[in-house]
Formats: sequence, C-alpha cells, structure tokens
Amino acid sequence: MIYKRITLLCGHYGSGKTNIAVNMAYDLKKQNEKVLIADLDIVNPYFRTKDSAGEFEDLGIRLICSEYAGSNVDIPAMPQQIYSITDNKDQMCIIDVGGDDRGALALGRISDAIKQENNYEMIFVINCYRPLTRDAESTIEVMREIEEAGKIKFTAIINNSNLGEETEPSHIIKSLDYANEISQITGLPIICTAVDSKVYDSVKDIIPNAFPLKLQTKIN
Amino acid sequence: MADKVLMKGNEAIAEAAIIAGCRHYFGYPITPQTEIAAYMAKRMPKIGGCFLQAESEVAAINMVYGVSSTGHRVMTSSSSPGISLKSEGLSYLAGADLPALVVNVQRGGPGLGGIQPSQSDYYQATKAGGHGDFRMLVLAPASVQEMADLTVKGFELADKYRMTSMILADGTMGQMMEPVSLQYDVKEMPEKKWATTGTNMEREHNIVNSLFLQPDELEKSNIERFERYKYIEENEAMYEEYMMDDAEICIAAFGIASRVAKNAIVEARKKGIKVGMIRPITLWPFPNKPFLKASEKAHTFISVELSMGQMIDDVKLATKCRGEYVLCNRVGGMIPSPEEVLLAIETANKNGGAK
Repeated sequence: MIYKRITLLCGHYGSGKTNIAVNMAYDLKKQNEKVLIADLDIVNPYFRTKDSAGEFEDLGIRLICSEYAGSNVDIPAMPQQIYSITDNKDQMCIIDVGGDDRGALALGRISDAIKQENNYEMIFVINCYRPLTRDAESTIEVMREIEEAGKIKFTAIINNSNLGEETEPSHIIKSLDYANEISQITGLPIICTAVDSKVYDSVKDIIPNAFPLKLQTKIN
Repeated sequence: MADKVLMKGNEAIAEAAIIAGCRHYFGYPITPQTEIAAYMAKRMPKIGGCFLQAESEVAAINMVYGVSSTGHRVMTSSSSPGISLKSEGLSYLAGADLPALVVNVQRGGPGLGGIQPSQSDYYQATKAGGHGDFRMLVLAPASVQEMADLTVKGFELADKYRMTSMILADGTMGQMMEPVSLQYDVKEMPEKKWATTGTNMEREHNIVNSLFLQPDELEKSNIERFERYKYIEENEAMYEEYMMDDAEICIAAFGIASRVAKNAIVEARKKGIKVGMIRPITLWPFPNKPFLKASEKAHTFISVELSMGQMIDDVKLATKCRGEYVLCNRVGGMIPSPEEVLLAIETANKNGGAK
C-alpha cells in the first residue's frame, strides 16, 4: 500500500479501526524507518491500540496514546505528545481515531494543521455487518457526523466488512456492492478491502485491492 | 434481521430489548455499559419509543417503576456503583411486585473501583439487591449471543413472575464483539390485570404500592412472594454442563470466567485429568441439582471468579459441603488466565480431594 505522511482512520465504533491501524503500522514500518502510531480514542475503555505496545516496541514503532489508556482512569484524555504528529514532519503517522462523531471530536484539535500540511489520507472504515451501518444510507449518515465533528473531510474508504471469527470469504464478496454504492454516492475511492490473513490467499484474486489483516484482539 | 450481525455485547442487549417489545429505556451513563444507552438513544426515537437520560440512577429506576406500573415492558442499565444507587428502587419494585429488566455490566469495586471487568456484585445480585426479603431473577450471559438471548428471556420471566430480571454481565461481555443472530419468537406478553391503565368505570381501582398499613397483611404478602420464589427455584434454574460425565474435578464458573475455564479444561483433558464444568446461567435460582449430582463423583470443586470468593458459597451449599473447595480468582479488573486455572486443576488433581 502507498501511504501519505498522515493516515487517519475513522468510522462507526466497532468498525475495526484499531485493528486496521495496527496492521497498517506494521506494513508501513517495512517501507519507512520512522513510523508513529497515535491512539486518539477518547471513547473506548477497552481494546486499545496500546494493547499491542509490546509488538510496537519490538519493531521500533513509536506509540503515542493517553497515559490512562487501559487503566481505571475513566476520562477522555488526549496523549500529551499529540502535536508531535504535525510538528515532526520527518515521520510517517497512523492515527487511530475514536468511534463515531464523539470519537472524532478529538481530531478537531489537530485537523487544521493536518489540512495545512496537506499530505494526508482521511479514511472512513466501513462494515456492513454492524447493525447501525447495514446500508449505504445509514453508513453515510455516520460519515457526515464524523466529518462535522472532526472538522476534516474524508478522502478514501476502507471496506472492512466482517463477522468477526465467523467471517467467510462469501461475506466479504457480498459486501463489495455495499462498499461500491457508498463509493459512488460519496465519490470517495475504496483504497482497499480488509481481509483476514487466514483467508487472504483464497480471495486475493477475486477481491480488488485486498489488504491482509492479522487480528489483534482475542478473548478466550 | 435475518442474517447475523457483528455486535458489542452492550448493543446486543439493547437491540434484543427492542425486539422483546421494550419501548422505554431510562438510564444514566457509566463505563463499561454506556453503549446500551447510546444505542437506545439512536434507535428509540426511530421506532416511537422513549429514551430518557435521567438526572441520576435513582431517578432512572423510579421511572422504571412508573412505566412498569402501567403494564409496559421497561428497562434500565448501569454498572456496579450505579446499581448500588438503584438498590432502593429495586426493593420498591419487589415490594410492588412489578416486572422490570435491569442490566448490570459489572466493573471492579468496591466504591468507584475501576472500569475494568469484574464479577464482584454476585452477592449483591443474588442475595442483597436492596432492603427487605426479596429475590431477583439473575441471568449470567457468557457470549454476545447470550447477552441478547437472556435479555429476551429476562423480559418473559419478569412478566411471568412479576419480578425484576437482572442481567449480570461484566465489562468484557459488554465490550467484546461477536456475531449474533437476532431471530426470536417473542411470546405474547401476559395480560396484566393489575396494571394502572384507567378503570373506564368498569372495574375497581388498581393500586401499585409497596406500603402496607397492617403488619399481618405485609407478612402475608411476603409469604405469598416466597411461595412464588420456591416454585421458581424448582422450575427455572438454567445451566450448561461441559465434560461432566466422568468429572472428578468440577469447575464452577459463569460469564467470562467460564470461557477462560473452558480453555483450561481442554488443556487439562489432554493431560488425562478428569475435569468438567457446570456453568450456571441463572445465578438465582442457583442450579443446585447438577452440583449435588456432581458431588457424587467429584472430589474437588474449583470456583473460578472475578471476585474474592462469592459464588463458591453457593457451590458449598448446593453440594452440602461434602467436597474440597478451591477458589481460583483475580479481582480489580483482572481476569484469571487459562494457565492459572490449569494450575488450580493440576494441583487439585494431585491432592485428590485430600485436605
């Protein structure tokens, strides 16, 4: 995948942003020396980018996140080093933004600087198997809410339609029409369709721009 | 929704409640169950229902009392500290024999504790939901699918017995995502002749109240209520047995703890250890019968909990204290690992029930 200097991942909560952000950081590290992953989630109490902190350290990927992530401190805190995303322009950044418009509010803090530099991809992550984003209309409604809260417009879509552990290749193939419809209505390109790495080989020829995902969070 | 969808446990509860005919939700936000309120806020206005963020937990539970009095299905949800605030209202609901669904997505305690998962409200849910002699039906889901299934079941049981059904989940159950199927044949709501729906000048007034002016009448209402509880204890206990046929060691675990325990059992079985699990699905009524039966073969009972040893007391009572009892637990938001449970199984196997 080709990356802009800043890649922002937003979407409905539970659409799979964190999983994609983590995988993108690994992918980006293969191409670039200096990679930063930033967790700007101010909504979600569990399952954070920070859960992969050990792997990031091993690979030399810099993680910035609220020092309270994963702790018992229940406040919508931002990481202290948030301005290093836009100040240090010699690094590549993946930004994991919290879900829905509430999560995107945090983005408003740095969206002006991001727009000014103008070297970013603002990605909308979609999953048609989430109950509140089952069709194009409801998904686009969420998209507009996020744009308004984050004060920045989307530039691309990632189709991450999946049913968790029960995802079959047929589920992903069935979701392509949904993603295409959203793409046509909004005029945004689908830069990839995320696919569990376990089934990647069997579908990579059928699904355009398939991106293999290693699933991060698993609870017994 | 014909196909499966990917849902958070909290969302599954909310959608299942709507499917069960609940059109009134009152609550106050608290981590880790806020998605229930957020989901209801989005969905209820679209289906002609009422979502209301109350000014406090105490207000919310009293709104539940009000709607239930009129015969409608109604719910509230919270997490541990919020449930403590609701406990006065839970007692009033019981005293007025009103059905309701109350969800507790538990977090670590006591006090404000933390926001990570816990099961330490077991005593509160099963034995002391509020003041006075009363019980609640307590349902303990162990998957996102069960979060939905037991919500529907909870409404049905609440109406059937004119009681509060409590979903006792934990933060992990609320936050984790799994595929779910939401197809239900929801039973018709029973006729509620006691509800305050207006007399139309055709019947006597219905009065919903928990105050009794005469002590003998209050005594009578308590005794009648406990006859109902006795029937429920005989007929409504739900549980799952896992590899119990030849088990010499029996694990007791519910919710997230039972999922961890299952992994440990699979590993222990590979080593030839005869271990199984009884997973209570109803915590009240507690499934006494399968535990008593298990005690004929099993020498040791291991209670896997996210609490300091609460359910273990019910296991002892159910088995008449005739085995060895081991607690395998983590608290404060921590979850026992499969390795920790496996170690407890191996130690119990080595000791063979000896004290």
